[in-house]
Amino acid sequence: MKHTLPSAILASRSQTPVREGEICAVRVDFAFANDITAPPAIRAFREMGAQGVFDPGRCAILPDHFTPNKDMAAAQQAKEARDFAREQGLRYWEVGRVGVEHAFLPEQGLILPGDVVVGADSHTCTGGALGAFATGLGSTDLAAAWALGETWFLVPPTLRVTVEGRPSPWVGGKDVVLALLERLGVQGARYKALEFSGEAFAHLTLDDRFTVANMAVECGAKAGVFVPDAPILAYAEARKARPFHPIYPDEGASYEAVVEIDAGSLEPLVAAPPSPAAVRPAKTFADVTVDQVFIGSCTNGRLRDLELAAGLLKGRRVADSVRCVVIPASYEVFKEALRRGYIATFVEAGAVVSTPSCGPCLGGHLGILAAGERCLATSNRNFTGRMGHPESEVYLAGPLVAAATALTGRITDPREV
Amino acid sequence: MDQKKLRGRAWVFEDNVDTDLIYHNKYLAETDPKKMPQFAFEYYPGKEKFAKEVKPGDFVVAGRNFGCGSSREHAVYCLKEGGVPVVLAESFARIYYRNAINNGYPVLFVKGLSQGIKDGKIVDGDELEVDLATGTITNLTQKTSFHGDAVADLENEIMTAGGLIPYLKAQVAQ
Repeated sequence: MKHTLPSAILASRSQTPVREGEICAVRVDFAFANDITAPPAIRAFREMGAQGVFDPGRCAILPDHFTPNKDMAAAQQAKEARDFAREQGLRYWEVGRVGVEHAFLPEQGLILPGDVVVGADSHTCTGGALGAFATGLGSTDLAAAWALGETWFLVPPTLRVTVEGRPSPWVGGKDVVLALLERLGVQGARYKALEFSGEAFAHLTLDDRFTVANMAVECGAKAGVFVPDAPILAYAEARKARPFHPIYPDEGASYEAVVEIDAGSLEPLVAAPPSPAAVRPAKTFADVTVDQVFIGSCTNGRLRDLELAAGLLKGRRVADSVRCVVIPASYEVFKEALRRGYIATFVEAGAVVSTPSCGPCLGGHLGILAAGERCLATSNRNFTGRMGHPESEVYLAGPLVAAATALTGRITDPREV
Repeated sequence: MDQKKLRGRAWVFEDNVDTDLIYHNKYLAETDPKKMPQFAFEYYPGKEKFAKEVKPGDFVVAGRNFGCGSSREHAVYCLKEGGVPVVLAESFARIYYRNAINNGYPVLFVKGLSQGIKDGKIVDGDELEVDLATGTITNLTQKTSFHGDAVADLENEIMTAGGLIPYLKAQVAQ
């Protein structure tokens, strides 16, 4: 039987033949939770009667959401997570050495090509950028994966997404994935997997691919997996925490559909609230003023994102009417941005720079919105109340639109500034 | 009445109800499932009073892609612990679906429900009878009916065991 890439990865981890539409049990290579999803997983783990995780080196907890602890309740959750990590000897990194889970784990070489990765967080699909079948689960599922080292999946049909053409310098991974969302809608890939390939990615950085894979879940997808190529293999080889074996799709595998995107014709895009699929060119939002700009998150808080934003902000000032919050997604990103002078650029431009955290993305802290306020964010969701008050609004875009918007105080196509 | 036949009022929602609308992020530090129902649908336009007015046995009825967004299980607990016996939707986002099954919480996939809601064939307050055994949903108020598919295979085994925890416990015991 010929497999698409997502099916081929599942088949490599299953003891029985894997067929689309059927359920299979698969071994997991890595299983993690964060400070919010770990406490319920720990309780479920105990209730199952489990004593130990299947392999402490393949299990992790990352304190990234409400950290540094934003209040007493968050401190309690973080403590419960930390105590369990110590008890079980699983991988854990303290605030000051960690990062947003989906940015940090690939840097540590813990998500690798050919892996099956499960995380108690919906944006676990980000790991697909490295050719892993990575998917989000709830806490109870994650507890079972910690206990057993395996989980079950309904083998999804695959949509093949090919992105061809050479994108303009003003277009990045966020514009590619917003274009995909515009095409598929928020449930166009529900219960399906995406398989990404195409010439356009040779012109973009690996960070752009993380952005694309990150928002696969916004189309409803179970996973969004890139076909391994030289940049993926070089990144993984340089960082691997264990051996890995890349997996490729079979020639002649059957896809439910092929979605073709011409990156050469894309322009900077924005998704309007309350749907990540309500996508239009940035220039059509020119009359929308904002109170806040957020540059960060597991979607767009990596070095390339900060590089692009700093490039536009250098020597300029954030508009008086705007609070611009910049949050590097990991300490590696933070340190390198510091070394390259991006952090100084942000501070001199009048932006807030914070320690790595999910921050305001999910309405946690470090930039919550009041009623009637509007934010242009590089994160992944703009649902009602996502970043604070239900009468606040979030527009989604890439780092160039975000930096341009911070300069003008209204949603701005970066080609204008 | 047959145990599998349930009766209650409908609370009707649209397509793509996301987890932030079901259970808002500002209550994510709450860890006791029993305290979660008070926050259900707090910011859903027109359903702000859901948590106060929902009665045990009432149904949540929705269109496509119910529960899209985050992986938070709070979005299942806040309905299950609030006495909503089953969620009826045309389709569910996959993590929400898994979370429901893993907590032994029934969901029904109901064909044509999204359009039925748009056409007003089920509106807030309609009295419904839901037969979980056959999947038949009768709208007693409007004299219309829908058909839902219960979950099958492994999901049904997990669900009927009461969720993933009792299911795995039983497996270990064997």
